[in-house]
Amino acid sequence: MSTLRTALLNAALTVEEQKPWPRITVDADTWRQATLAVAAGNATLSGLWAEPGAVHMALLDDDDGSLMVLTLLASDGRFPSVGLTHPPAQRLERKIVDLYGLIPEGMPDDRRWLDHDRWGVRAPLGSSAPASADGATYPFLKAEGPPLHQIAVGPVHAGIIEPGHFRFSANGEIVVRLEERLGYVHKGIEGLLINTTLEAAAKVVARVSGDSTVAYSLAFARAAEAALGVAVPQRAVWLRALMAELERLANHLGDIGAICNDAAFALMLAHCGMLREEVLRATKIAFGHRLMMDCIVPGGIATDLHDAAPILALTMHIRQRFPRLVELYDNTASLQNRTVSTGRLLPELARRFGAGGPVGRASGRAFDARKAPGYPPYGDLDFKMIKREDGDVDARIWVRIDEVYESLELIEQIVDRLPAGPIAYPLAPALRERKVPQAGGLANEPRDSASEGLAMVEGFRGDILVWLRTDETGHVLRGTVRDPSVFHWPLLEAAIEGNIVADFPLCNKSFNCSYSGHDL
Amino acid sequence: MRRMLLEGLFRRPVTEGAPTIADAEIEALAERLGVAAKARLGRSLSIREVDAGSCNGCELEIHALNNSYYDVERFGLRFVASPRHADVLMVTGPVTANMREGLERTYAATPAPKWVVAIGDCAAGCGVFGKSYAVVGAVSNVIPVDLVIPGCPPEPIDMLKGLVGLIEASARG
Repeated sequence: MSTLRTALLNAALTVEEQKPWPRITVDADTWRQATLAVAAGNATLSGLWAEPGAVHMALLDDDDGSLMVLTLLASDGRFPSVGLTHPPAQRLERKIVDLYGLIPEGMPDDRRWLDHDRWGVRAPLGSSAPASADGATYPFLKAEGPPLHQIAVGPVHAGIIEPGHFRFSANGEIVVRLEERLGYVHKGIEGLLINTTLEAAAKVVARVSGDSTVAYSLAFARAAEAALGVAVPQRAVWLRALMAELERLANHLGDIGAICNDAAFALMLAHCGMLREEVLRATKIAFGHRLMMDCIVPGGIATDLHDAAPILALTMHIRQRFPRLVELYDNTASLQNRTVSTGRLLPELARRFGAGGPVGRASGRAFDARKAPGYPPYGDLDFKMIKREDGDVDARIWVRIDEVYESLELIEQIVDRLPAGPIAYPLAPALRERKVPQAGGLANEPRDSASEGLAMVEGFRGDILVWLRTDETGHVLRGTVRDPSVFHWPLLEAAIEGNIVADFPLCNKSFNCSYSGHDL
Repeated sequence: MRRMLLEGLFRRPVTEGAPTIADAEIEALAERLGVAAKARLGRSLSIREVDAGSCNGCELEIHALNNSYYDVERFGLRFVASPRHADVLMVTGPVTANMREGLERTYAATPAPKWVVAIGDCAAGCGVFGKSYAVVGAVSNVIPVDLVIPGCPPEPIDMLKGLVGLIEASARG
């Protein structure tokens, strides 16, 4: 991507004040060329979002993890569609249409996505025109052939899970097409990030997806700190990583058990469920909250770790119990019969969609935001990036199993080398002393007072992207988040094709996409 | 596997004792419910969970009720797949505009007598999402709520106390 990056930088109309990676404004031609480069695989599309009058596209270099944001001013309310040549962008563009009313020219799918005709308003973050709230029927895609039948599932599902609708077209037991309809838990998070305080925005972002609250808070804090140019004490940096690994550990343990349970192997769920509970109890003792919600704040962390003994006792306990469960999984042929070769995600698709986390790494995409772009303290820690090539349910389980061991390793290293000192610097004096940057902001905002930050953090599902614009006092002007599930959901549709309907829960759980993180 | 099962026979169970709930709380709940449900329900309740817009945090902790530490089934509480089988709806999240109809239809599909338990700060009062165009309100703005268990998310033990209290109250009511 480095040649692409140079070409784009040369073609930039203006370079904006965004840290730590540049944001450049380009013309429509350069936007189109970038789109073609992404479609050709020269860079990975990592995000696509809008604000009134402009669209932004984040490009990721898979090799060194460097990011770049391209901005196109859409003064006439239109911009060249990215989804036209690069399908992973399609749902993001449909979201832009629904929320901002900007039109991607040539977009192949013009059905509404998050807008179910329920808000009583059209383009709520754009022109905000009144509309009916009666609900609209959604035209699902067709699958043709005489023996096909449809199965409709959701939005209220049978288990204790988030809502969404799945429409299967099946030939007997074989799934010919799965189409998802999402957006049921759309809470208007981007709207809540417009013109608000840093504290309020941090609380909202911590609740984008409750299972990844640590990763989201970390990404938000890093974006805010980059934008405002404030430093974080070392002890906070290390404790943040400790929280992030405890969260990963708890979620991976839960997922491994839950996937096996969907193959009717309840014993694994029972045992993994106990281990997960033990992680949550240790985090409650260590940081005062089972999920560590709001424990990471811009500038540092909210609660210090006073005694690491319960955490070390926890890792020792898991090291004792977990290998037996792995052995059980490995030696149970009836379970393997369900997971091996089921729900295969092709490496080429995983690469094209920039699939992060265990889903991508189980299909050969060697990307982990902790390695590249990387963020402290992971550069000082010793851990392996787990990768498999098979791309089936079994591979996704094994990636999680191996990552449990890596997280245990990381937790022990962090506790062992935890630096002493303060856990947060007060933000207010830092902001007062800060030099006001010379460029930044768009259109109707004063150019010399806004600054922007971008951060990528590896959550348990994959890379989370947070972008933020603040004024010089730290007031949030605008922000957006991108969950890894945005790119996982369409891949689930691809992975289930040709499998039997009964294997859908298994495939679905092995992806474990977030509904709330997608719907925002 | 044999070794693990054998171990299970000799190890002490991890399941913890029942939570203690003040008598007055149960009396108050029983009075509030005011339904003579004992004959029909005995001491068992079937629960249908509905996510009406949650961030999934509450769901994680509701899941935890099923693990061996809390073992919610020993109290006669069971999670069921259909509202048609349910006595209780456990509802999470601020109710989003897009989920409102789903919640209303789930409530309508639940046979009476039925109770609604609003789980978490969002279900109780929209949490941090109150000011959004996409949120219609707390659960009680959409369907009648009998019991609120606050928290972000509430811990499993708090939910267990609430639900066991509900059983006790329904048995006395």
